Amino acid sequence: MSRHTLSVLVENKPGVLTRVAGLFARRAFNIHSLAVGPTEHDDISRVTVVVDVDEHPLEQVTKQLNKLVNVIKIVELEPTSSVQRELLLVKVRADQGTRTAVLEVVELFRAKIVDVHPDAVVVEATGTAEKLAALLAALEPYGVREIVQSGAVAIGRGPRSITDRALERVARTA
Amino acid sequence: MVQGPTPAPSRTGSATVSARPAARTAPAAKPGRPTTGTTVSVPATPVTGAESIVRSLEAVGVDTVFGIPGGAILPLYDPLMDSTKVRHVLVRHEQGGGHAASGYAHASGKVGVCMATSGPGATNLVTPIADANIDSIPMVAITGQVGAALIGTDAFQEADIVGITMPVTKHNYLVTDPADIPRTIAEAFHIASTGRPGPVLVDIAKSAMQAQTTFSWPQELDLPGYHPVTKPHAKQIREAARLLATSRKPVLYVGGGVLRADATAALRRLVDLSGAPVVTTLMARGALPDSHPQNLGMPGMHGTVPAVAALQQADLIVALGARFDDRVTGNLDSFAPNATIVHADIDPAEIGKNRTVDVPIVGDLREVLADLLPELEREHAAQGKPDVEGWWRLIDSWRETYPLGYTPTADGLLAPQHVIERLGALSGPESIYVAGVGQHQMWAAQFIRYENPRTWINSGGLGTMGFSVPAAMGAKVARPDATVWSIDGDGCFQMTNQELATCVINEIPIKVAIVNNSSLGMVRQWQTLFYNERYSNTDLHTGHGSRRVPDFVKMADAYGAVGLRCESEADVDATIKRALEIDDQPVVVDFTVSADAMVWPMVAAGVSNDEIQYARGLTPSWDRDED
Repeated sequence: MSRHTLSVLVENKPGVLTRVAGLFARRAFNIHSLAVGPTEHDDISRVTVVVDVDEHPLEQVTKQLNKLVNVIKIVELEPTSSVQRELLLVKVRADQGTRTAVLEVVELFRAKIVDVHPDAVVVEATGTAEKLAALLAALEPYGVREIVQSGAVAIGRGPRSITDRALERVARTA
Repeated sequence: MVQGPTPAPSRTGSATVSARPAARTAPAAKPGRPTTGTTVSVPATPVTGAESIVRSLEAVGVDTVFGIPGGAILPLYDPLMDSTKVRHVLVRHEQGGGHAASGYAHASGKVGVCMATSGPGATNLVTPIADANIDSIPMVAITGQVGAALIGTDAFQEADIVGITMPVTKHNYLVTDPADIPRTIAEAFHIASTGRPGPVLVDIAKSAMQAQTTFSWPQELDLPGYHPVTKPHAKQIREAARLLATSRKPVLYVGGGVLRADATAALRRLVDLSGAPVVTTLMARGALPDSHPQNLGMPGMHGTVPAVAALQQADLIVALGARFDDRVTGNLDSFAPNATIVHADIDPAEIGKNRTVDVPIVGDLREVLADLLPELEREHAAQGKPDVEGWWRLIDSWRETYPLGYTPTADGLLAPQHVIERLGALSGPESIYVAGVGQHQMWAAQFIRYENPRTWINSGGLGTMGFSVPAAMGAKVARPDATVWSIDGDGCFQMTNQELATCVINEIPIKVAIVNNSSLGMVRQWQTLFYNERYSNTDLHTGHGSRRVPDFVKMADAYGAVGLRCESEADVDATIKRALEIDDQPVVVDFTVSADAMVWPMVAAGVSNDEIQYARGLTPSWDRDED
């Protein structure tokens, strides 16, 4: 099993996320994380799915996703040629005695404090899954009260845009 | 970009189909080919949403709809009453309507249409929709939904049918804006009938049917993510031709896709040109005439020994519109161990799904075969025809030693195989045979000689008991001049026989042959073989020596159909002839047969095809001398 990141361009219509998520469930593929949001085109949304599968099942996932009428394009983003980020918000116990130490950790990871209370702070961090895991491990001794984390989003490096290329095709055949 | 070994139809930068369905499909329309197009042109006209649905169905060329009205779809039924183009057949249960639409589509090649109200009406369509999905039947289901303002409130007769049918449709829609109706219906028919055919459900809110809107035609389709690949890669075609021209032990593995693509004429040319043996799957019976000397019959769990053995020992399998289903391959790991696989299918996801493929070909089978034939001719011209004589000698020895057959019954009751064989012989190859699911289905696939495409209709993938009577009704509506036999079991018949009322009232004179073994025969067969003859819950008390609950002859009579009974071999021919003489009303023939007859040959579930049993306990000892 290996981890793969798929960028799925879909029509921005109600129910499309259900179709994508439902397909993974009924074909017995495991989703590691899923994030969805708008793109630079109003009609297109982008789903980033991280899956743990072997090469052969991955091909099946892709083909089955392609069969969904609302799916426009699927691109696998390789770790070496793409940037992949997750967002973490974590509430850490931080009173007078520990606050300085917590702040040091936050500084070290280039994270930010976004809320302060006499007994706790909320830390915001973005990065790869590995970096966020390391940050959490560093904060753990001070008392992690609550964690919320997004699925990964990813984009290819370099000047090329997958949405543009998708739309070029549209223009050519329209 | 994710790339598999197969030339996936690159959706990379997929295109908006801005096709006018009329302009696009009309020229491509060939007899028996799914088509949505008529050349209708209507400027924007003020109508109600309900009228817009009827106008759209008319514009797309629908002539028949099978359905039942109810609260949420009532507005649609009012203008439907005035349509002179769309005939609505009032069925007695939505499941019957769905299977009737399937039978209609199977027999005609056109899109079958069914209709139901919201909630229970819609959920009753789920089984026929799932059935159509797995057998790739072009179908559009139109359901009423509660008013848009009530959606999500658990309103009376509300069910999220779009959510429920998402896994079992090719695509589905919820329409709440009446302005979307014509385009959505145009898209639904386009999607159902192109690429790999399948069911599309359109759920329309009652409020959208009641609102004022405008109707215009044709409609621009807005399907940026839908581009079925029809044109195969030339390189793969060349490779397939090269393999077929050099293989010593080739087999053409023909599936239902050949029928869906209307590629039977081209298939015939490939068969004749290649000289290769052919197996026709359960979904492909009739794709090549059974009288063709190269047709080895059906492969799979209840296939013929020559068909199963030829696949097992082939050095090349050319799969055409087939999907390596577990009922064909048996244990997948030991299936055709020495075969190179060429797999041609319009659905790229089928290629490599079960069996690893050496030469993948994505495309419409008619185009695939049209390209493959000249390539193969070129190969033959360059290096002569391949030597397949040794292969044929081996296959012919299997044919001689293991022909299809059956043993007489021990209890003196009718042999079901005899009934079905005589039915096929007397009714002939121009008739349409529609089976339910179980032993009778397998015998009908084995013992009737199919000579023409679209004359064998059954529920293959889903195995839906109760399919036969309503599907036969749909087939008869599509082909009113053909003799249509529903070959049914006593178990299946009790699931959907209410449609006899529909047949009687609407003058749809189907013929039903109930192969009545008084039990759930296939389940009973497995109990005999694998559960120590412990017959748990398989006795139905309908047949010989039972209380006959119900009595099928009386039941036919109660429906206003003709009921006949046949209990002895001496009466079989006369009874069938009597049924054939009646062509103005439905006929039900109750053939009471032995419950002990079993379907052979058989490959038990999950074992290797090498373990095929010709009859109980009799596995051929494979002579591999010719290898």
